[in-house]
Parts: sequence; structure tokens; C-alpha cells
Amino acid sequence: MPTVEQAVALGLTPAEYGLIVEKIGREPNGVELAVFSLMWSEHCAYKHSKRLLRSLPTEGPRLALGPGENAGAVDVGDGWVIAFKVESHNHPSAVEPFQGAATGVGGILRDIFAIGARPIAVLDSLRFGEPSSPRSRYLLEHAVGGIGHYGNSIGVPTIGGEVYFEGPYEQNCLVNAMALGLARGDALIRSAAAGIGNVLVLFGASTGRDGIGGASVLASAELGEAGADKRPTVQVGDPFAEKKVMECSLELLERGLLVALQDLGAAGLSSSSAEMASKGEVGLDIDVGRVPLREAGMEPWEIMVSESQERMLCVVEPAKLDEVVAICAKWEVNGDAIGTVTDTRALRVFVGEEMVGDMPVPALVDDCPLYDLAVEPPEAGLYPAPPPVLVAGASVRDALIALLAAPNIASRLPLFQQYDCLVQSRTVRRPEQADAAVLALPESPRAIAISIDGSGRRVACDPYTGAIEVVLECSANLACAGAEPLGLTNCLNFGNPEKPHIAWQLTEAIRGLGDACRAFDVPVVGGNVSLYNESGGGPIYPTPVVGMVGELPDVTRAGRSGFARAGDGVALAGPFVPTLPGSELAKLRGDELPAGLPQLDVAAVRAAQEAIRDAVRAGELSSAHDVAEGGVLVAVAESCLGGGLGATLEFSAGDDAVMQTLFGESPGSGFVVSGDADALRALGERVPLQLLGSVGGDALSVTCAHARIDLALDELRTAHGALAPLFP
Amino acid sequence: MKFGVVRFPGSCDEGDAVLACERVPGASAQILWHGDADLQGAEAVVVPGGFSYGDYLRVGAIARFSPVMESVIRFSREGGLVLGICNGFQVLCEAGLLPGALLPNVGLRFVCRQVNVEVVRSSHPFTADMADGEVLSIPVKHTTGRYYAPPQQLGFMQAHGQIVMKYAHDGNPNGSSNDIAGVCNEAGNVFGLMPHPEHAVDPLTGSIDGLKIFTSMAHAHG
Repeated sequence: MPTVEQAVALGLTPAEYGLIVEKIGREPNGVELAVFSLMWSEHCAYKHSKRLLRSLPTEGPRLALGPGENAGAVDVGDGWVIAFKVESHNHPSAVEPFQGAATGVGGILRDIFAIGARPIAVLDSLRFGEPSSPRSRYLLEHAVGGIGHYGNSIGVPTIGGEVYFEGPYEQNCLVNAMALGLARGDALIRSAAAGIGNVLVLFGASTGRDGIGGASVLASAELGEAGADKRPTVQVGDPFAEKKVMECSLELLERGLLVALQDLGAAGLSSSSAEMASKGEVGLDIDVGRVPLREAGMEPWEIMVSESQERMLCVVEPAKLDEVVAICAKWEVNGDAIGTVTDTRALRVFVGEEMVGDMPVPALVDDCPLYDLAVEPPEAGLYPAPPPVLVAGASVRDALIALLAAPNIASRLPLFQQYDCLVQSRTVRRPEQADAAVLALPESPRAIAISIDGSGRRVACDPYTGAIEVVLECSANLACAGAEPLGLTNCLNFGNPEKPHIAWQLTEAIRGLGDACRAFDVPVVGGNVSLYNESGGGPIYPTPVVGMVGELPDVTRAGRSGFARAGDGVALAGPFVPTLPGSELAKLRGDELPAGLPQLDVAAVRAAQEAIRDAVRAGELSSAHDVAEGGVLVAVAESCLGGGLGATLEFSAGDDAVMQTLFGESPGSGFVVSGDADALRALGERVPLQLLGSVGGDALSVTCAHARIDLALDELRTAHGALAPLFP
Repeated sequence: MKFGVVRFPGSCDEGDAVLACERVPGASAQILWHGDADLQGAEAVVVPGGFSYGDYLRVGAIARFSPVMESVIRFSREGGLVLGICNGFQVLCEAGLLPGALLPNVGLRFVCRQVNVEVVRSSHPFTADMADGEVLSIPVKHTTGRYYAPPQQLGFMQAHGQIVMKYAHDGNPNGSSNDIAGVCNEAGNVFGLMPHPEHAVDPLTGSIDGLKIFTSMAHAHG
């Protein structure tokens, strides 16, 4: 019989252990304790975040599937839906970046095909320490390698993403992966087990000892000195196995052979079976003796909690079992009947005839205690000022070059070129062709646009306003592609929520997310929470990452970010009030993070984004690019480089406001657009608009008060290519 | 023209290849399952990109032993047109239908980008719709695309017109010998290339230069 000490070693508190004893009416045995410790972990039970998450809006006119299933989905017309979700794989990636990132992609893809959608795209959101650090370069190199290894091999394009480098991620990198799937709306399948007497079939890869305790020991605690010792808790991915499991799952569904489908992720068979039983309000009997194993001598508890990858669980009517097994054989994957649906409402574990575990499903899934957070704003700044890399009195020219070369702004193509962005023949806008990726929809002139965003540094300055900015920035990217947001998924990456100042960050950020979603009428379709991202070096920047899917009616008019036509006018549109505190320029100067960001007029920003979107959709603009990190001059330079065309521009500002005008930020509210004079005039009737000059030549010439710069495109391109040496 | 497109476990671009074939006026395309030796009346075969059998052991090494490949080998010996793209090129080299081998890129990384490919020889069933020296914009995406053949063999291939496509000036993405992007067999009916012509058939998603390979095949077939 296990002891309280063993329960604590598995991540439970003594009080939680007592509650388990109370719920099952006796001391749990070893199998049961192993299962409970995972089901009641932060990673599976969301015990520190669930109450907060309930405040997020989850209803919308285009919602097809809301939170609660493996992924959410939105309706994109003609009977098609897009399933999508973002998930973290931070702690595994910090310990073993290649496999951590690879299995992060594998896990999110399984979530998508588990609801019956064919995965059509992956995006990723990465955070590392500064690239000047060898550890960060190691993590970057291998995480990028792992993402590419998995996505490229499985035939799902990686169409976009983002990466930021900041000191607080030095010890705790973030690897968030988002996947999208395409399905007929009436073909979506749920995970609720149903039909007493139906058969539970485990299919896919064999079960081994990899990833044991990953969800509890690794994902639900701070990483300490002994991080490397946790390497065996990281799973090992095999994209070829996943490819076969994916095709097998989709064929099983297409043939109408399944009652329910669920992927095996964190906590393996334990959580997948308990979730299926809970949703269906049934019981499940599982014979672990019938699970195909990768290695001999595995204990029943190990089989129940193994996080071996590329496995799926389904419920099948007995009459269809033979056909299911035959399809599995066709795809050369295991397919084994390992259990039965019962009316006991218990998860019972057997080895042959012998019962080795008997747990009430509600106790596993619903009875984990939820904790209110002790919230307290920090008295002083939590984060040190970043090291200065630009002298205080730097010229406009030096600032622009430094910003374009800054790790957070430099071209991401050296990363993106390591990913297949083309497979499946839907990619209308590749990385850096537009602010959002654009994918064509089948049998339709319509398309979807996708973006993923999340500026941790600004959320660290002001968790509430910063989180609003993240949503605004993401929807601004969609607007520049001509897309209207339909739904949002989020991954909340934070430090240890048991610390009051982290709890405050989390609470404020969720409040900001909720307010922004309501202001934009965009529902949250699902997401993921990753807590305890801190170590000896302190907490990460609070990093809510937001992924949005939008729709555009005419794929041939998908927007572009690069200037397209010499002679076009260039304008800055939107209710843009740039400020420097918390900006990328402030970071390069080594400024302290401000305590608070300027309040935003969200309604005005929404109206501006709608106007930009309408103009792009009408084909009136040659280019549209939102002003993000580095401010308007960086946005202009990016539009120059994107189109291979220069521009001659004049900004109006007082002599003391030059830097603020050119490099100040206000995410999501400003847009650099180009087009003919009529188009810009028409746009100016709907939003504040400042004409800046015109497109042409092979240099960027800018006048602003006393400042004047002339930079050849080649100089800009060289600066913007600063990440290339990281991938020689 | 009936195209057959092979599907191995781990193939990724077979659906894209089918779409490309179907853009050829009057053409149809169907999937050929790896475990089935029947080519189902295909008049030309495409061995597509991807990671057949997970690229375990060595790229393309396992796929060439599959039942469908025995039929493809026989089909090619009878003069049938066989196009290998990326992993398909690797498989055809492993099967001995094409000379040389594909080695890991000099950068040892996966590289996905649009490249310019120069048509070296247009008097060829796969390039008939092009002109000598024509430059095509087609994407590459691979980790193992560095074409290698011993110098003596390269000389022989040169003399026999087997070097069909090269990466244009300064655009070699993988370190291939002599900038080679695609080669054919001595008879000229088997062609393999690393760039993906099936991803260059639609102005919406890129260029349409790759379509010419598929139309050339249809015209050659007559």
C-alpha cells in the first residue's frame, strides 16, 4: 500500500490524498494512486486556472464546437468547419528541445484528428532567452528542428508562427504549437464513450515506459536544478507512426465505424479513458494485459500512465470490431480490443481476470479540488531591466538598423525555411508574404487566415492591457489579410500560480483576454494552460498566446504586407497613439519595464480593423501591414523589403517626439497601407489616416522633423537578415 | 492520359500530385496503393514526395521493395513514363531506375523555398513543352536532396543528355553535384527531380511553371 509520502512525491498534497481516500472509501493501491496523481495534476485538472477560465466568452454565431472536446471548431460555410487548438509543450522542450517540440506538434495534431478533422496546418509560438546565450541557441536550434522533423514528415504544412527572445525565458523556454483541421461539420466525432457492452479499442503505436509522470512531475512543477534528470519523462515522437495513425483514424471515421474517439496525451490511457467515461457517464473496464507493449515487464500502473506517443482510443460496436481491426492492419498499426463500456461509472483496471484498480470516474475527473488564487499585485517590478544594446542618444538611422536586426524583429525566414509550408496545396500566403497565413478552402472562393501572437514583455508591463493588446494584434494581422475573426484559442503560459504576484498576472491577463474577446465578439473555442514556468532565474514573462482563425470571402484578394506598385501612396491608418515605454526600442535601450501601459480605445481599434479589412477585401489596397514591434518605421521597412520596393515618406512630429513617432508602439491599432490616392482617401473617411508619401525606388527615404534618413533596400535587408547566422 | 500516383505509408504529396495531374487537359489521376501490384491501367506513373516508410534505414530504401514498385520497375522497362518527385526521386535511385544517389543537404537542414530551375534538355518526354535554357520557378522542400554521382558517371550522363534540369545561377539549395536538380535514365522515360513541380501548378498558391512537366508527359504520350 502506498503512503502519503509517496502521494506527495507524485505531486499531490496531503489534503488531496485525504480527499482521494474519502472519495473511494479506502486507501488507494499503487495503480490507483498513480492514476489519481496524474488526473489531479495541474496539467490535467487545471486546478489553479479552471475557475478563472470560466470567465472567458465561449459563445459565437460561427461556433461549431466549443471548449471541452479535444479541439474547438468554427463554421466556415458550405458545411465545412475548421477545428483548431493551441497547446504548450514547454517543460519537455526545456529538458529535451528536439523531442519536446516534436511531440508537442504530434500531440496537437492528434487533438485535431481526434475530433474527425484532417490536419491542414501547424503554427508555432516560441520563446527563448537572448540568442547571445549558448543555451538559448541550443534550445532554438533543436526546437525548430523538432517542429520541422514532425510536421514535415507527417505532411502537414507549418504555415506560420512567431518567436521572441527575452531574458526571462532563458531557463524556461516556451514551445506552443497550434494546429488546424478541416472537416465536414456533420462528420465531427465526440469523445464520450457510449453503448454499454461496446468495445474499447486502443490503436496506433505500442506502449512503452516513455513519458511516465510527464504531466505531474514535469508539467506541473517548477523546473529545478535536476531538470536533466527528468529527461526520461519526455516522450519520444515518431511522425511516421503518427502519419499512419492519422490516416487510419480518418479512414475509420469515414467508414462510420466509431462511436467515440479520443487521443492519448498527458497521462496516457488514464486520462483518455477517464475522460471518455466521464463525458459518456459510463464506466470502462480495461485489461492492461491486452495492451501491446514496447518492452517486457511493464507494471499495470506504468501501462496506465505511460505517455507513449501516437496512440488513440476509440469505442466500437462489437459487430464492427473486425472491420476496425482490419483497417488498423491496412495502415500497419496495432489495433487491440482492450476493454468494454460498462454501466458501473467506474474505471476498473484488470490484468486478465484480476482486478488491480477500481476508481469512480467522477472522483477522477470532477472531484479534484479547485483552488482560488491568492492574488496580490507585486510591490516592485518583477523583472530586471534588459541589458542595453543601443546607446541612449542613437540616431534614427542607427535605431532603425538596430531594430530591424533585433532578434524579436529580424526576418523569421531562416526558421520558416526549415518547415514545409506547401504540402496539401492550400497555401495562398506563405510566411512573411502577409501578416497572417492564408489557406484556400475546398470547392469555394473563400479562404481562412490564421495568426498566432503574444507579447510577453508587454503583458509583464501590464497584464490586463497587455492581454488585450495580444488579441488586438492578432486580429489586426487577420484584418491585413482581409479576414474577419471567427474564433480564438489561447495558451496561457505563466509562472507558479501559488505565488500571489503570478496569480495576479494570471487573473488580470484572463480578465483582459475576456474583455477583448467580448469587445470583438470572438468566442474562445478552447485552449491550454501551462503554469509553473519558473526556475532559479525567476518567472517567465506572463505569456498568453492567442491563435485566431478568420475568414475571407475571396481568396484572390487575400492581402499582402509588402509594397506592390511603384507610385502607390503610403499612409498610416488607425487610431494609433504610439508610446515608447515597453517598446522594442525601449528594450534595446535597456529601459526598465513600465508599470502599466496606456489604456486602449478598443471600440475605435475594432472599427479601424474593420475598415482595413473591408478595403483589403474590396481589392482597394496594394498592401496592408500592421504596426507591431519597432513601431511604424519598422513596419514601413518590412513593407519595403516584402515587396522589394523603396518609399519616400515624411512624418509630422515635433523635434522632441521623433523617436516616439517613428518607433513608438500601440499594438493592433496602426496600419501601414499602400494603394492609389482614391483608395487611401476612401479609407481616410472611415479611420484616422495620415498620408506619408509614396512607393518607389530602391531606398527608404524618411523625413521627420529634423531627422532625415536614406537607406538602400540592401542595407535594410542585411540588417533584417540578422537571424540567418543562427542557422549556418 | 491516365496518371497513376503511388501511395506509400508516409507519402505526403500524393494528393498534391493527383491535383497537378488533373490540371492537365483531358487527364485523370488515381492513387496506386503500395501493397497492390496492379497499376490499374496507368499510362504514366508518378512516385510522389514524402517520407515513404518513415525514410527509415535510408531515404527511399524500403519503398523500392514494395509490391507496387515491382510493377513500376517492369512498367519502366517497357518504356512507360515514370516521374519521381523528391522522395520519389530518391526511391527511383534506390530502385536502380535512375543513376546516382541523393545525400543529405550540405547545410544538414530541411530547406523549403522557391528556386529557379533551368531546363538543360527540352527534347525529352518530360520537358517537351519547354525551351532549352528556360527557367522555371518551382519550390524545393527536402533534407536529403544533394544529388551525387561519381565523376565518371556524371560525364557519361552529360554525354547522353541525362542531366535534364539544373538549379539556376547561385540557387543550388543543397550542394548537388554540378547544380543538378533532375536527371533521367538513358532511355529517357524515367525522370526524377528534387523540386516539386506539383506545387507549382496554380497562380493562387505560387507559380504555374511546374505544370509544364505534367503537360509534357501527356503530350509525349500522345
